[in-house]
Amino acid sequence: MKCEKSVMAPLVLSAYTLVSALGKGLEPTYRALRDRRSGLRPCDFEDVGIKTYIGRVDGLEDSSAGCGSTAQELEQFDCRNNRLALLGLQQDRFMQAASEARDRYGAHRVAVILGTSTSGILETEHAYHERDPQTGVLPASFTSRYRYTHNMFSLAHFVRTCLNLRGPAMVISTACSSSAKAFATASRFIETGFCDAAIVGGVDSLCLTTLYGFSSLELMSSDPCRPCDEDRDGLTLGEAAGFALLEKADRAEHSGAVALLGYGESCDGYHMSHPHPEGAGAIRAMHDALRRSGLTPGDIDYINLHGTATRANDSIEDKAVSSVFDLSTPCSSTKGWTGHTLGAAGITEAVIAAMCLTHSFVPGTLNTTRVDPNLRSYVLLENREQPVRRVLSNIFGFGGNNCSMILGTL
Amino acid sequence: MRLYVNGIGMIGPGLVGWRDHQAVLTGTSPYRETMRPEPVASILPPNERRRSSDIVRWAVHVAQEAIEQAQVNPREVATVFASSCGETDVLNRLCTALATPQRVISPTLFHHSVHNAAAGYWGIATGSQQSSTALSCYDSSLCAALLDAAAYVHIEGGLVLLVAYDLPPPLPLYATRPLREGFAAAFVLAETPGQHSLVQLDLSLSDDLSLNVTSMEEAGLETLRSTNPAARSLPLLAAIAGHRATPVCLEYLEYQRLSIRVTPCRS
Repeated sequence: MKCEKSVMAPLVLSAYTLVSALGKGLEPTYRALRDRRSGLRPCDFEDVGIKTYIGRVDGLEDSSAGCGSTAQELEQFDCRNNRLALLGLQQDRFMQAASEARDRYGAHRVAVILGTSTSGILETEHAYHERDPQTGVLPASFTSRYRYTHNMFSLAHFVRTCLNLRGPAMVISTACSSSAKAFATASRFIETGFCDAAIVGGVDSLCLTTLYGFSSLELMSSDPCRPCDEDRDGLTLGEAAGFALLEKADRAEHSGAVALLGYGESCDGYHMSHPHPEGAGAIRAMHDALRRSGLTPGDIDYINLHGTATRANDSIEDKAVSSVFDLSTPCSSTKGWTGHTLGAAGITEAVIAAMCLTHSFVPGTLNTTRVDPNLRSYVLLENREQPVRRVLSNIFGFGGNNCSMILGTL
Repeated sequence: MRLYVNGIGMIGPGLVGWRDHQAVLTGTSPYRETMRPEPVASILPPNERRRSSDIVRWAVHVAQEAIEQAQVNPREVATVFASSCGETDVLNRLCTALATPQRVISPTLFHHSVHNAAAGYWGIATGSQQSSTALSCYDSSLCAALLDAAAYVHIEGGLVLLVAYDLPPPLPLYATRPLREGFAAAFVLAETPGQHSLVQLDLSLSDDLSLNVTSMEEAGLETLRSTNPAARSLPLLAAIAGHRATPVCLEYLEYQRLSIRVTPCRS
């Protein structure tokens, strides 16, 4: 049996950044949230013929992961996912913050724990087009770089190489919950002393596998997604790279710094792609996050929903949220801005939560016109100015893998 | 950091089950690498078993063996699944379909392509709602999983089931990662000793690269160890099978070692 655990020591996000369809870095992200400007556009990814919208990051087709770097070793990592990763690292002085952490603790004492669901699979998709028509053999230029592009570890390998870090590293790949779970694992690594600080977050980029895959599951809307709307008809895919530097709270440079206060991880143990009908796993994750942070449901000022805009997710998440929280707790989904960034959804929404905390506002659900009357939670449709001290963020994924995080100000 | 091993599962060429084949690891029985493993994974419901990929059955097979040996309820055990490459067979089928003009892919194939497919199937088979992580750290996936599981039992308490598994990718993906043989191993890990504890493990991370990485004496086993990331667990399994205090040193990424002191809990 699990023993009762004490409240975790908060960990400060001493630097963080995000690149998504909303823009590069915190400032354009914040402006888009405040101006209620969506990053979604009609699908113009490669030659994909699906009628849908996407949250695409501009310019990834033209740049190279090695660009601007003198290190030749970075070139072998070049693929859409790592280009997006590099673009993320280059925003908001994140590389400098990581470099300072390396100087402070030593390269061996800074971990890199990141999430992705599909890594650089787009390279493999392209390589299958270029198979030898007689033998079926993949191009040699692809096979020699597989380790650095598509292999699941590629992302963390690339980031620790970029940042010249030598601490513990791994990629967590639990579908959509990947980068949320990176926070939980990193938190345990810091607490047990495997490292002093950790680069956490995740990257997922557009590819044929997810576009045609979600389409085959009939889970993708042909319009921009409308979370919690009575007429919602599916999700919109997006791509994003986000990173945070996680350290012990005594590193907080000012009161009001954003910190990870708690996390909860669970499984549905029910179905690979359909959530548990009663939301049992989701309820467990939220309860665990509250217990670990030492907070009660009434302490949460805002809930950033997983809110994918599929019929099943939004109604089951609503059941779970309304069974844990008071029905007056404001909730919203920000997927209408960014799309569902899959393995990067955890860090995407952690960074949005940090903005709510530092800018005292709550985003209302974008694209939604009428909240499904069957939902019991208090779903906000308009942005609201209000003090926000603690945010709970839900992330649920395929394989019934759930993670809830609580971020707050110190 | 200290933890205890309460159950073990193992499957690979000539290593079909921990109970029957641990003597191969200590050299007291000959290694017959031509013996082909057939994972059963009887815990999977028939429908799920039919739909699942080979690699899921390998992973679930050793997970089941370890849990049964530890005599614990799997619903009380968190999991860490570690695989360098994951679902390569499913990815091959997806990428093949996506290279056709129609790009028609099966929804089942798509949701089986996630790296946490084996973890998800284990959850469905057992009904466990405990935390489950699926990770990759290329050749160091086992080490990363040991650290992840050790940190979990220390901070969260309870038990963790660690499953490391990798199969040779199918053609043409095989060229990207030519693993010659499949291998999977599972460990039920606990923070405190119990009546089923086999050994105590003392883990420490070191950046002293002069520490020699433990290899296998038997040439066939050493080939297996060095050509399958999950089989990097062989020196640890051999030390546990040896029933005497033994140091084991595993390579962790380029710049670290994971030292493990293995001490038997009973003779």
